[in-house]
Amino acid sequence: MGGVKTVKTNSQVMKQTSDEGTWSKHWHAVKKDWRLYVLLLPMVLWFALWSYKPMGGLLIAFKNYDAAKGVLGSDFVGFSNFITLMFGTYATQFWTAFRNTFIISLYGIIFGFPIPILLALLMSEVRHKAYSKVMQTFSYLPHFLSEVTITGLVITLVYNGEVSTGVIAEALISLGWISENANIIQEASYFRPIYILTGIWKEAGYSSIVYFAAIMSISPTLYEALKMDGGNKLQEIRYVTFPGMAPTLIIMIILRIGKILSIGYERIILLYNANTYSSADVLSTFVYRIGLERGNQALGASADLFNAIIAFALVIGANYISRQISETSLW
Amino acid sequence: MERLNRSEKIFKVLSYLLVGAFGIIALYPVVYAFSASISGKIAYETGQIVLFPKDINFEVYSLLYEDKGFWLSYINTLFYTFFGTAWSMFISITGAYALAKKKLLFRRHFNFLVVFTMWFVAGMIPQYLNYTSMGVANRWGIVVAFGIQAYNIILLRNTFEGIPTEIEEAAIVDGVKEFQLLSRIYIPMSKAGIATVTLFYATTRWNGYFWSRILLTDPKELPVQVYMRILIENYQAMFDDMPVNLSYASDSYVYAILVCSIVPVLLIYPQIQKYFAKGANLGGVKG
Repeated sequence: MGGVKTVKTNSQVMKQTSDEGTWSKHWHAVKKDWRLYVLLLPMVLWFALWSYKPMGGLLIAFKNYDAAKGVLGSDFVGFSNFITLMFGTYATQFWTAFRNTFIISLYGIIFGFPIPILLALLMSEVRHKAYSKVMQTFSYLPHFLSEVTITGLVITLVYNGEVSTGVIAEALISLGWISENANIIQEASYFRPIYILTGIWKEAGYSSIVYFAAIMSISPTLYEALKMDGGNKLQEIRYVTFPGMAPTLIIMIILRIGKILSIGYERIILLYNANTYSSADVLSTFVYRIGLERGNQALGASADLFNAIIAFALVIGANYISRQISETSLW
Repeated sequence: MERLNRSEKIFKVLSYLLVGAFGIIALYPVVYAFSASISGKIAYETGQIVLFPKDINFEVYSLLYEDKGFWLSYINTLFYTFFGTAWSMFISITGAYALAKKKLLFRRHFNFLVVFTMWFVAGMIPQYLNYTSMGVANRWGIVVAFGIQAYNIILLRNTFEGIPTEIEEAAIVDGVKEFQLLSRIYIPMSKAGIATVTLFYATTRWNGYFWSRILLTDPKELPVQVYMRILIENYQAMFDDMPVNLSYASDSYVYAILVCSIVPVLLIYPQIQKYFAKGANLGGVKG
């Protein structure tokens, strides 16, 4: 105990020198292992230039951005860009985009989140090696196709024109689900179903990998014990499989919530058009139109910042809640 | 042989059926696109193509064969994929190796620096301004300034951390330094992880569209995804100027281009599937 006390009393006197001591110790460590730091350097530089430097560019959200004066030289205008954003010319568009962002994400979570879990459950039952291998290969495949390819397929498959009709549009017409002359890609009411279904088609198979691995790592003895007690399949899923994959589920839902505001804008830009903005436009596509197509970069950047802060708050919030409830969290 | 009770039997049958259904739905548009691309004009336009092609002819492919712009963009994409993946792998492997070492000073801070980029992104406009001011609107700019993903670095770091330290210690006693440690021990012992991340980077590069479309101004530098999209936007007008008595439908041309962009993915991805099912696991996510 005496030793601890000595350190404490000395520490105030020694503060200056001990700081210098730490730094010189660090310096020696770096000199000894300089190769390690050489290896670290490219990655640090890359992130500094391409991830962190643009974060500084968010400053233009508070400026009257003038390309000739640059980010730092432009005049500071406080929150006036944000006020324009929320109450100005583009206010209606902005709030529509804001609402759509949450609606589309929510639909994506409600319809998209359970399907990979279900698929993993089903796949874990398929014990025929070749069959499961082939079906897994098929269902992961769409994940690796580009958004241009996928939207190109969607656009031609649901196209309903005078000369030709896409095979899906044809099927929907003969089922009586859409009218003879419905032009799916041009109607706002069809956008969300198309977007959500395309997303499920593209990602469900691939997302099931994580759950599949979680199910496979559950100890078989748990299943055997439940079976001895006379449990049926549904009870097995309820009392063994779900609790076993709960940590994975929680992590995946946090990740999903963190991505609410960064939903795949590329696919939306490739699928939407002026007729479907009312149901399709989200914050990032709004930024794209206002900031890049119309060149109002300061306004775009303030929507970007708005977006980034809410997204960040959502991850932290989801992580916090899950740590409180379930002791599973990202950090 | 395990004995199944009634509920298990029902569930098993359902599983086989639904997994099969999902697999077929996933594959269907790709098969359909191929069938539609080689079918005759009348058969296609009267809606006779559902799965198999009819009145087979390969004329769209010979038309595509003569489309110089398409092949130029295809070669450009090969360039972006090859050099882009190599660049991304170089940065990710060296960075992940350093992060995996316990002796790295400020290791937690550097880790945070990487993971933070997954949760906070500057956004489209600041990124755009950064790219234009740094002059990346050209071939090598696209290679250098894009493609590194924090997720992949963490995945590699976790793979490296899984290598037993005894092996490394033995090598250090023999006087092996960091560079050889990485190239002779860490890389050869992490084949699954490296194959997975390579596949991830290569597909991202192969599929890259948005920033290439926005930044690249020289039409000779466009990747195939951009070329394809421009064609999808304009093909109706293009075919309106052509003689009417073609043997194929104008859609077939689009389908043919889509098929050509899918083929490389179809060829490579099944070879690497055995690795990524392991590598794409959750361990990669936790910082």
